[in-house]
Amino acid sequence: MNIVLALATGIVFGAGIWLVLRPRSFQVLCGLMLMSYAVNLFIFAMGRLRVDRAPLTPAGSAPDPAALADPLPQALVLTAIVIGFATTALYLVVMIGARGLTGTDHVDGEEPQP
Amino acid sequence: MTATLPTLHALPWLQHLMLAPVLLPLLCGAALAPLTRGRHRLKFALGYASILAQLAAALVLGAMADGGYWEDGIGVYLAANWAAPFGIALVADRLAALMLVLTALLALAALHFAMLRWERIGVHFHTLFQFLLMGLNGAFLTHDLFNLFVFFEVMLAASYGLVLHGYNAQRLRASMQYIALNLAAAMLFLIGTALLYAATGTLNMADLAWRIAAMAGAGDSADLSLVHAGAAILVLAFLIKSAMWPLGFWLPTTYAAASPPVAAMLVLMTKVGVVVILRLWLLLFPAGAAGGFAYDALLWGGMATIVFGAAGMLSTGSAGRMAGYAATVSSGTLLAVVGYGQASLVTAGLFYLIGSTLAVAALLLLLELVDRIRTPGAALLAVTMEAWVVEDKPDEPVGQGVPAALAFLAVSFAACALMIAGLPPLSGFVAKFGMFHALLNPPAPGAAIAAPGWTLMALVFGSGLVAIVAMMRFGVRTFWTSAKLAPPRLHRSEVLPVLFLLGLSALMTVQAGPLFGYLGRASDGIHRPGDYIARVLREPAVAAPPPATASAAGLAEAP
Repeated sequence: MNIVLALATGIVFGAGIWLVLRPRSFQVLCGLMLMSYAVNLFIFAMGRLRVDRAPLTPAGSAPDPAALADPLPQALVLTAIVIGFATTALYLVVMIGARGLTGTDHVDGEEPQP
Repeated sequence: MTATLPTLHALPWLQHLMLAPVLLPLLCGAALAPLTRGRHRLKFALGYASILAQLAAALVLGAMADGGYWEDGIGVYLAANWAAPFGIALVADRLAALMLVLTALLALAALHFAMLRWERIGVHFHTLFQFLLMGLNGAFLTHDLFNLFVFFEVMLAASYGLVLHGYNAQRLRASMQYIALNLAAAMLFLIGTALLYAATGTLNMADLAWRIAAMAGAGDSADLSLVHAGAAILVLAFLIKSAMWPLGFWLPTTYAAASPPVAAMLVLMTKVGVVVILRLWLLLFPAGAAGGFAYDALLWGGMATIVFGAAGMLSTGSAGRMAGYAATVSSGTLLAVVGYGQASLVTAGLFYLIGSTLAVAALLLLLELVDRIRTPGAALLAVTMEAWVVEDKPDEPVGQGVPAALAFLAVSFAACALMIAGLPPLSGFVAKFGMFHALLNPPAPGAAIAAPGWTLMALVFGSGLVAIVAMMRFGVRTFWTSAKLAPPRLHRSEVLPVLFLLGLSALMTVQAGPLFGYLGRASDGIHRPGDYIARVLREPAVAAPPPATASAAGLAEAP
């Protein structure tokens, strides 16, 4: 499981970096989204990976810490997802605005001179 | 100051005052959000009142931290009444109070400057402005890494909106790069936080510092290197914000593109990164102790930033970019001061932080006014161009012209130049003199000054020289060599904020003694992490209220 998750995170993040360095703003946006997915996976993994453990305590019984997953990274991931969505949506709006105003989707707002 | 405090003790609600700098702008911004069109006076009055209240709260917090109201000058507020490290802790100390006061003062000037025209070239200026203040104040007060991330994002999201405010092609282009860069920085922040959490199992800064010190003491090198890796990635996010070379290329473009009041607030945002680094590094990796880490990188990186900023000031022809590079220089100087790892130097560095923030902000506001004499009519043109997206066009400032506008511009510009270059008699000189004094007097008597110390002194001196050359060149071209100068039309509401910022700077010079005393205590406080850890971790949660009274119990039992 560890190696699968590590590979997935690495590949997604690597693809994100490659896309962020591209000259078209839509590619940059996709890259940023991929990177944020990879970061969320990473935060999740940093709370230690365990199979079949709930983060919440069952009602009416004394909780046993050994049987539970760490709830904090899950809360962090949730917050990070919300913030990431909001800022990415904003970037999308700016991107569309720049496309409309400058007539090109190049990140510099103008086509490179050949 | 101590004399006034017994009266403060009698007020239990003061315990909750620490929330005011975060809650006030949140509520005010939310209240202003439904007002999209018109009502300029109402919006302005509400925003202004909110900032004045924040200033009052910040001043009281400063008096409480410095006046012995709290033990060690550190006030802890446990949100939701969970004892640290489990809950969210807000901590106000002298440094936090200082930054809160600086934020409120700068916001006052920027908002006043925006009153006449800039707030009207788009919608939601005031809401975004208040949310920006909320993010800034929260970042200074919170002492939990993840909440720091949240407040940073609040601040950044508001700043994206403000940079775009009154948008034109130049602003869109600049903010596209600004947003992409900050999104990437936010991810670095998250990765660093996650690594620190994996290594230590906590996000509360005091608990983190305690555990890292224990690790260093036990010689746990495997976990310690994970901590170092996490902290190094984390600090990259702050270094991007504080524009350390080679991470600061975005800064001059963004500053030059943003509208002047927004650019003035951005100057402060550059300093947030430095303040967070200062606090976090001294706490987690105390200088001089065995746990010191990466101070050299900050020192040399800061010095490289000074060189980059100074070269930029000389090379650029645009006034807005020149101010941006001036901010880069001051940011580099502060990073080097942090990296040097000497408490007395930090005191002078904090003085420099306040002075340079005020000076660069005043310069950015002033440059917009100066632009009107360089190209008469340009101001009107620019506003109409910017206003094409909104229906209500801002009014051309009419009437109430300021007499001797030209003289005012020239004298104010000279004052800004003196402050940025660090020439006497204004505050820039006092700050640089203080830094030289601290560098020449190492804490261990008779110790030789190392090569980095001499290099830093040479660079601070050299950058001042470069700044005066660059600014004189601009001043001569603008005020002397123009064939015919049409006296620009300035409005009182545009002149006052500039005078206010310059006046604050002059006040700093006159009151340098007491201010240095306060800054010395602030620097002393952040150099004693042990006190801080003890204060935060031992702060008891408030006891549960006594059992319900008979009447309350009766109500609860009623069907």
